[in-house]
Amino acid sequence: MKPTRLSARDLLSEAVAGLASRPARTLLTVLGTVLGIAALVATVGIAQTAGNRIVGSFSELEATSVVVSNSGGFWSNGAGTPFPEDAEDRLTRLNGVVAAGTLGPVDVGTALASTVVLDDPTGQNEFQVDVYATSPGVYEAVKGTLRTGRWFDAGHEQRADNVVVLGQGVADRLNVHRVDQQPVVFLGDQPFVVMGILSDVSRQPQLLNAVMMPEATARDLYAYTSGDTVQIDVEIGAAELIAEQAPIALGPNDPSVFRVMKPPSPDSLRNQVQNDVNSLFLILGAVSLLVGAIGIANVTLVSVLERVGEIGLRRAVGARRRHIAGQFLLESTAMGVVGGIIGATLGILVIVGLAAARQWTPVLSPLIPLGAPLLGGLTGLVAGVYPALRAASLEPVDALRSGT
Amino acid sequence: MLSLKRAKRAGDGDVPVAAGEAPAWGDADDGPVLSLSGIGRTYESGDVEVNALADVHLEVQRGEYVSIVGPSGSGKSTLLNILGLLDRPTSGSYLFEGREVATLDEAARTAVRGRRIGFVFQSFHLLSHRSVVENVSLSMLYTDVPARERAERARAALASVGLEHRADFTPTRLSGGERQRVAIARAIVAEPAVMLADEPTGNLDSRTSESILELFASLREQGLTLVMITHDSSVAARADRSVSIRDGRLTVEEAR
Ligand SMILES: Nc1ncnc2c1ncn2[C@@H]1O[C@H](COP(=O)(O)OP(=O)(O)O)[C@@H](O)[C@H]1O
Ligand SMILES: [Mg+2]
Repeated sequence: MKPTRLSARDLLSEAVAGLASRPARTLLTVLGTVLGIAALVATVGIAQTAGNRIVGSFSELEATSVVVSNSGGFWSNGAGTPFPEDAEDRLTRLNGVVAAGTLGPVDVGTALASTVVLDDPTGQNEFQVDVYATSPGVYEAVKGTLRTGRWFDAGHEQRADNVVVLGQGVADRLNVHRVDQQPVVFLGDQPFVVMGILSDVSRQPQLLNAVMMPEATARDLYAYTSGDTVQIDVEIGAAELIAEQAPIALGPNDPSVFRVMKPPSPDSLRNQVQNDVNSLFLILGAVSLLVGAIGIANVTLVSVLERVGEIGLRRAVGARRRHIAGQFLLESTAMGVVGGIIGATLGILVIVGLAAARQWTPVLSPLIPLGAPLLGGLTGLVAGVYPALRAASLEPVDALRSGT
Repeated sequence: MLSLKRAKRAGDGDVPVAAGEAPAWGDADDGPVLSLSGIGRTYESGDVEVNALADVHLEVQRGEYVSIVGPSGSGKSTLLNILGLLDRPTSGSYLFEGREVATLDEAARTAVRGRRIGFVFQSFHLLSHRSVVENVSLSMLYTDVPARERAERARAALASVGLEHRADFTPTRLSGGERQRVAIARAIVAEPAVMLADEPTGNLDSRTSESILELFASLREQGLTLVMITHDSSVAARADRSVSIRDGRLTVEEAR
């Protein structure tokens, strides 16, 4: 006699009918899977959104700055290797460098800054100020803005002229607001002609509160040897390369004495953020998914025990063990798929909500919402294996006797 | 009064089946539907062996209505389970429509059970969440009957037990007698060789029992082979032939 069979369509409609006949229980059962999938989807989506956000906000300014320092780092004692006097020339020759300049503090001893233009007896008119020696390229390298006047050029450097540019903060304190009359400031009793007032910089903000002079002038007057910092402005995308080449250009014999500070590469930054977020929340998602699977397994097992009579009856009307197993397996898988769909939807809502609140652009790989029902189904399938085998192993006589 | 698909010959219980005409129930073959010889069933519970059935001989002819009667614990259900291929005998031979079935594997036994045997249980065994017509259709789910034909035939079978107006109810809204009628419709809808009923009136009051027994009689009139188990001798007496069982042995075979 021909063995009995169950078509795929009938199997599916029996499983659906089994679930649909207990809608409340079905929904409660899939809750665990919903939460697990929602957590996973939200996690991945938030990481992707945040990663995208970081790359977006990672400014051009940071991406184009390379700084070389000669202070030698933590292990060195004493002063670092001086930069060569033509450091600026050596660097600007490199392909990818837009501007470069050296700068460093000048030790002026106890000298205070003052003006003789205005002698206000009520106000303080002598100040302690920071003094920096800067090469001509610094102005461009720090993306400076002058409120008035101009910056040093190569001529001032060559002649070691007694000229200074005042940072905005110093200019205010010294009450210097115009330079067209060539005002003079004194450091101790040494006079300097003020050439300009620096009102803003994008890098090296300490310059805004300092008096700046050409390096040659500092060497002549204050036994200045070398700056401690080289600021380089590079073209977009050239930072990695220049960071490698700059120390070699500055000290071909021993480039390793220089420390280079370069912008983090966008890729590594994004990966790091994603990894941090992911590893934490993925574990959370996996745990909730496991709890979801246990939930499905548990309820499916209870359902098998409750439906012993139904199992016996189906065996009596021709269902084989595999048909019984298939039905319960499909029911649990379907619950997993439903959980995956609901969970993915919730997860996406979380991402969109969060992105909207922060005014970010939500980003989610399309594989995630497509994969979520699959993952849910897989969870349900695995969860259903044991209950389905239990159901299939029931003897028809026992099932019919004990069930109702 | 009752109209069953392919069973339109009124009162044909004594009329021999015309050559070439499809029989209402089972094959045209004239041998007994069921034939047990030397059937035994031993349960092992712990160290104790219980002989629930011993050396049972029984033949049921096509179109016969046989009752098996005995007190509680006499082995009636054990016998019915073996007749229904729900359980295997531990000894003896069982020919079903001329084929030895005692030694078949599970899949083959399931095929015989699903295609050739209809069951009616004391406790109805209806799926409470599925409609009446779905419950009846279940009998044809595993036997290659197309889905549309299943629904049609289920409604026809419900009509034949007088319940066409309850087709879309769930069983929870039916009375006990109606539920048993649904179970009977489910047992006959696939046109089995035999219908086995285990205490079909056990859960019903006497008036409802009477109507179920009348339904059985009319099915028998239409040519259905029926084996009914009961502990009640007045119920058993409604069959063509009644067999008594006591301590796992068939004692008396009395013709009516
Ligand atoms: N699964 C079983 N295990 C052990 N003993 C059983 C089992 N099923 C039935 N029996 C025993 O077999 C005998 C017959 O049982 P059963 O066929 O159910 O009787 P009936 O249906 O006539 O009341 C009883 O003594 C019963 O205790
Ligand atoms: Mg019994």
